[in-house]
Amino acid sequence: MTDSKYFTTTKKGEIFELKAELNSDKKEKKKEAVKKVIASMTVGKDVSALFPDVVNCMQTDNLELKKLVYLYLMNYAKSQPDMAIMAVNTFVKDCEDPNPLIRALAVRTMGCIRVDKITEYLCEPLRKCLKDEDPYVRKTAAVCVAKLHDINAQLVEDQGFLDTLKDLISDSNPMVVANAVAALSEIAESHPSSNLLDLNPQSINKLLTALNECTEWGQIFILDCLANYMPKDDREAQSICERVTPRLSHANSAVVLSAVKVLMKFMEMLSKDLDYYGTLLKKLAPPLVTLLSAEPELQYVALRNINLIVQKRPEILKHEMKVFFVKYNDPIYVKLEKLDIMIRLASQANIAQVLAELKEYATEVDVDFVRKAVRAIGRCAIKVEQSAERCVSTLLDLIQTKVNYVVQEAIVVIKDIFRKYPNKYESVIATLCENLDSLDEPEARAAMIWIVGEYAERIDNADELLESFLEGFHDESTQVQLQLLTAIVKLFLKKPTETQELVQQVLSLATQDSDNPDLRDRGYIYWRLLSTDPVAAKEVVLAEKPLISEETDLIEPTLLDELICYIGTLASVYHKPPSAFVEGGRGVVHKSLPPRTASSESTESPETAPAGAPSGDQPDVIPAQGDLLGDLLNLDLGPPVSGPPLAASSVQMGAVDLLGGGLDSLIGDTNFGAPPAAVTTAATPARLGAPISSGLSDLFDLTSGVGTLSGSYVAPKAVWLPAIKAKGLEISGTFTRQVGSISMDLQLTNKALQVMTDFAIQFNRNSFGLAPAAPLQVHAPLSPNQTVELSLPLNTVGSVMKMEPLNNLQVAVKNNIDVFYFSTLYPLHVLFVEDGKMDRQMFLATWKDIPNENEAQFQIRDCPLNTEAASNKLQSSNIFTVAKRSVEGQDMLYQSLKLTNGIWVLAELRIQPGNPSMTLSLKCRAPEVSQHVYQAYETILKN
Amino acid sequence: MIHSLFLINCSGDIFLEKHWKSVVSQSVCDYFFEAQEKAADVENVPPVISTPHHYLISIYRDKLFFVSVIQTEVPPLFVIEFLHRVADTFQDYFGECSEAAIKDNVVIVYELLEEMLDNGFPLATESNILKELIKPPTILRSVVNSITGSSNVGDTLPTGQLSNIPWRRAGVKYTNNEAYFDVVEEIDAIIDKSGSTVFAEIQGVIDACIKLSGMPDLSLSFMNPRLLDDVSFHPCIRFKRWESERVLSFIPPDGNFRLISYRVSSQNLVAIPVYVKHNISFKENSSCGRFDITIGPKQNMGKTIEGITVTVHMPKVVLNMNLTPTQGSYTFDPVTKVLAWDVGKITPQKLPSLKGLVNLQSGAPKPEENPSLNIQFKIQQLAISGLKVNRLDMYGEKYKPFKGVKYVTKAGKFQVRT
Repeated sequence: MTDSKYFTTTKKGEIFELKAELNSDKKEKKKEAVKKVIASMTVGKDVSALFPDVVNCMQTDNLELKKLVYLYLMNYAKSQPDMAIMAVNTFVKDCEDPNPLIRALAVRTMGCIRVDKITEYLCEPLRKCLKDEDPYVRKTAAVCVAKLHDINAQLVEDQGFLDTLKDLISDSNPMVVANAVAALSEIAESHPSSNLLDLNPQSINKLLTALNECTEWGQIFILDCLANYMPKDDREAQSICERVTPRLSHANSAVVLSAVKVLMKFMEMLSKDLDYYGTLLKKLAPPLVTLLSAEPELQYVALRNINLIVQKRPEILKHEMKVFFVKYNDPIYVKLEKLDIMIRLASQANIAQVLAELKEYATEVDVDFVRKAVRAIGRCAIKVEQSAERCVSTLLDLIQTKVNYVVQEAIVVIKDIFRKYPNKYESVIATLCENLDSLDEPEARAAMIWIVGEYAERIDNADELLESFLEGFHDESTQVQLQLLTAIVKLFLKKPTETQELVQQVLSLATQDSDNPDLRDRGYIYWRLLSTDPVAAKEVVLAEKPLISEETDLIEPTLLDELICYIGTLASVYHKPPSAFVEGGRGVVHKSLPPRTASSESTESPETAPAGAPSGDQPDVIPAQGDLLGDLLNLDLGPPVSGPPLAASSVQMGAVDLLGGGLDSLIGDTNFGAPPAAVTTAATPARLGAPISSGLSDLFDLTSGVGTLSGSYVAPKAVWLPAIKAKGLEISGTFTRQVGSISMDLQLTNKALQVMTDFAIQFNRNSFGLAPAAPLQVHAPLSPNQTVELSLPLNTVGSVMKMEPLNNLQVAVKNNIDVFYFSTLYPLHVLFVEDGKMDRQMFLATWKDIPNENEAQFQIRDCPLNTEAASNKLQSSNIFTVAKRSVEGQDMLYQSLKLTNGIWVLAELRIQPGNPSMTLSLKCRAPEVSQHVYQAYETILKN
Repeated sequence: MIHSLFLINCSGDIFLEKHWKSVVSQSVCDYFFEAQEKAADVENVPPVISTPHHYLISIYRDKLFFVSVIQTEVPPLFVIEFLHRVADTFQDYFGECSEAAIKDNVVIVYELLEEMLDNGFPLATESNILKELIKPPTILRSVVNSITGSSNVGDTLPTGQLSNIPWRRAGVKYTNNEAYFDVVEEIDAIIDKSGSTVFAEIQGVIDACIKLSGMPDLSLSFMNPRLLDDVSFHPCIRFKRWESERVLSFIPPDGNFRLISYRVSSQNLVAIPVYVKHNISFKENSSCGRFDITIGPKQNMGKTIEGITVTVHMPKVVLNMNLTPTQGSYTFDPVTKVLAWDVGKITPQKLPSLKGLVNLQSGAPKPEENPSLNIQFKIQQLAISGLKVNRLDMYGEKYKPFKGVKYVTKAGKFQVRT
């Protein structure tokens, strides 16, 4: 006889029949009936109508029947709260039962009944059970606190259960400790601010002791909890690591990964010179590899985490490349992850093996996998320079297979290789061109067009090739259209005589026949560029492009550091911080890796010093955001915007002229042809209608000119030179900045008895090269007791010498009596320039790029401004808000400013409504300015 | 923590659900079905799926999907490990983990699930403890129960539950005291076209079957423990003893369990016991191809290689295969395109081979990809890594147990590229 009989139904109606059986006198029949009810429940049938009948069976000595009834109650109590009350008495009674199993069962079940009225009755029994003599009951009760907290958090706090739970961390039984930790962690998750898990060296010691003795699941809870602890120095970190290391040999992969998390995090505090550091690195590799021999689901999660670990500490797995080789019957999700890690581990030493494998994969059946394998070959070429040649020839071999999707994928990656190694592999272009007709995917077509445009001068029939694409221009995707437009303009600039018609055709297609604003904008820009100043056009369009690098597909360092703290969690699977996806965003605390401690710092050489910071040695590389390939195609317009040649070659021309001449110089006497009237109106935004003095630079720099008219904050004049020190001459003054020019406002008072004449002023060399832009002009002699106010314009082209303090300015003033010296401190904000607003992407990239040591944090107290007001105030002093974000009731302003000498300062200003203190974090490549920028902030905000 | 569990069969029926917190509607599984549809193959369903309000973490075992629903940040490995433990427990209790077995024992399943997890926290997952709480079904017991009215549920607290050795119960008694160890090694390897090894490693386990009375304290030592540098231990093993003396010292659970698993990586040379000569070719513009494979012994340490099977996933354009084996038998499934050759033993005098013609779909282009050969084999009385047990000592009990060690080497994921 099996339980499947419970699923058979009769014609009369199941519920009716069950009801009769439940009320039967025979114990055995009752039990069978309850089993039938449970069976229906397991398949999701609604048997809640039987509630009173089932609850009637609760008073029984038979433990199995009792458990079954409890099972039922847990499922349906919520739908029948009034009836559920009937069960309370039995629960309370059971909590007093001499058998610990029954006591525990009662308290456990009561916690699962999510009915308010019942929870009231739960408190007393729970309190008793938390102090029960039997550890089994205590550990069950610990979990029950978490359940109760979920139902009624206030009640748990009022009843003091949290404190009891904290006491259980010191319990003598390791299982109780583990459950208490688990319960506290769950409660803490919904109360991010409370420091429930207040870890100190003593409690850590208790946890580490319990760690050795509790069950595997308990070990996971304890390890996850340990990972949140911040050891006070490297010695403590090392001793914790030593005690956690044995967990790496556990059979349960979740224990292993949680242990890896603790070690990865605390390792951050250990000095790299330490022997133990090396030992630890060696110990980490085998368990990670072992995870890959587990079931595919476990492998997947392990691989996602390994992906993070190899980015953070590539040395751990650098010799283990082979375990990531793909087996043909791995599930696709495992294959793709393995491939990604293979690329990350690829180096000169193993590149031959990797390439051989990738080539093998490129002939597999699974299309997605094959594509990714081909792309991986391209990534290898970009990552390992020595292998580039071999990668290119592998790709050419693959193109020879003529398998359509392989060819297309190969062309896309070859374009990237060209971007990394310009003018090196152009010999393959001919082969690529042969496959032109087979390309049907937009990305591949766009890549091919880019190649043709970029190397137009070396491809004899480039014009024919591009023309062939032009026929179906409107059926192409935007990506291809944009690329085609750019490519033809490039071609035209390279071979102006033959392709004039073509370029006109594409310009009119893009600007007149297209509905796509991006395409039209790009079309107009080219059009105007070509017609205004072809030389400049050449410099813009054919400018040297920044190289791409493999860094682009790495996770950026701050996020990586945060994710390392989340190893083993969902965040590590998604490679996003929990704040990005945890529902409601509640309970999210940002975690960060611990900094290296002072005791170890002294021993470090400068190369190894920056712990979590990126190494700043990638000057010729743009760390592009997001998808590498998506960005590539749009890059060709970006870089030249700020290029100096533009400004130099600017032409003074009216709006009408813009569209007419100019080109003649390029194409001789052939007439370029006036663009249609529609263009004139559409192409010329209102503010460009006026004659443009600065020519092309304005065209691009649409954001400039928003410069503030009100000017920066001006401090009241202060006495710089008292009369007694200067034989009667008193000088007070201040610094101002207005519409881009700095001046020193002076007030000279003659307190002597004689007339003063022949004034002159000179500055000593200073940090920012401030110097008078004009001589000090005091027109009339200054008679006794007379005061004159004047403004001395300054520039920043004087000679530079670093001063201490940085903003110290030494001034010499001469008059007919003597020479006087004084020094003053100028507020740094007069040096904040008007174009100090950084582009968002740029801001993000720069912020990450600046090492963490350069970050400085300051408090601005007693400044009760709201976000809006603060932002406006700062803006008028040329501190620009790049982005604004609200996190947990706090406003974060991300701001940028630029000093006259081109130093950028990035700031994060945190404002909490209602709190008069603000927190300012500054990042700058020249950290010494931070202090002064902070002072400037304070001055601006408080006035 | 784990919120709910759904069991789903291959045809997409949810045949069991269990909720540890509030009830989550079955409709949440729709997201899973969506992912399943996208994946095409059941094995390719991603194990972590996010839905607007929940996360679904699933495993695929024995043609069943175990789909768990979670709502807060939980370590996914923890969930996956737990789900495998659930499947192991079903296997242990009912002899198989199948829809039929679960439906036949639905009440026990429910009791087990309730015992294994409380509010999403694992409670008791050790088979020894569970069996004390809930007795496994046996025919005899169900007959006895129906006569006496007694139950399957133990009413005392399991003895191991809170001791320092939760995996063992007290008061174990056997008339014959026995301790058997199976050293099982699987070779995972990728062999390339030319026959050289791309990647090879040995995945080994020592499975134990311990039937000893009382509280025996065992130590197992090896002739060459240095081979074991990457080991995962059952919690019963004293790690410090291993670190200092390279001896496995432990109080064993009662019954069958996995003592250790280990990995011998490619750095130490892994012996490859078989080689395959292959010639698989498809002619351009013709609807046929040639297929010819021969298997021979390589580094087999003088032992017989047996239980050989070769499985090949042929390209889609293959219609049929017309082959002759010199030994064993072969089948070709024209739907799944899987060729399976059951070879049996290798006799070095006459190497087994399988040759013949391949019929292709006419007009279709010649297949680009070459099929990989998947090879299975078995070598008795050999641990290919060379691992050897030195001795087993027992302390703490007076009787003299019967001891035994068996070695076997198998092919794991053993693939030959052609």
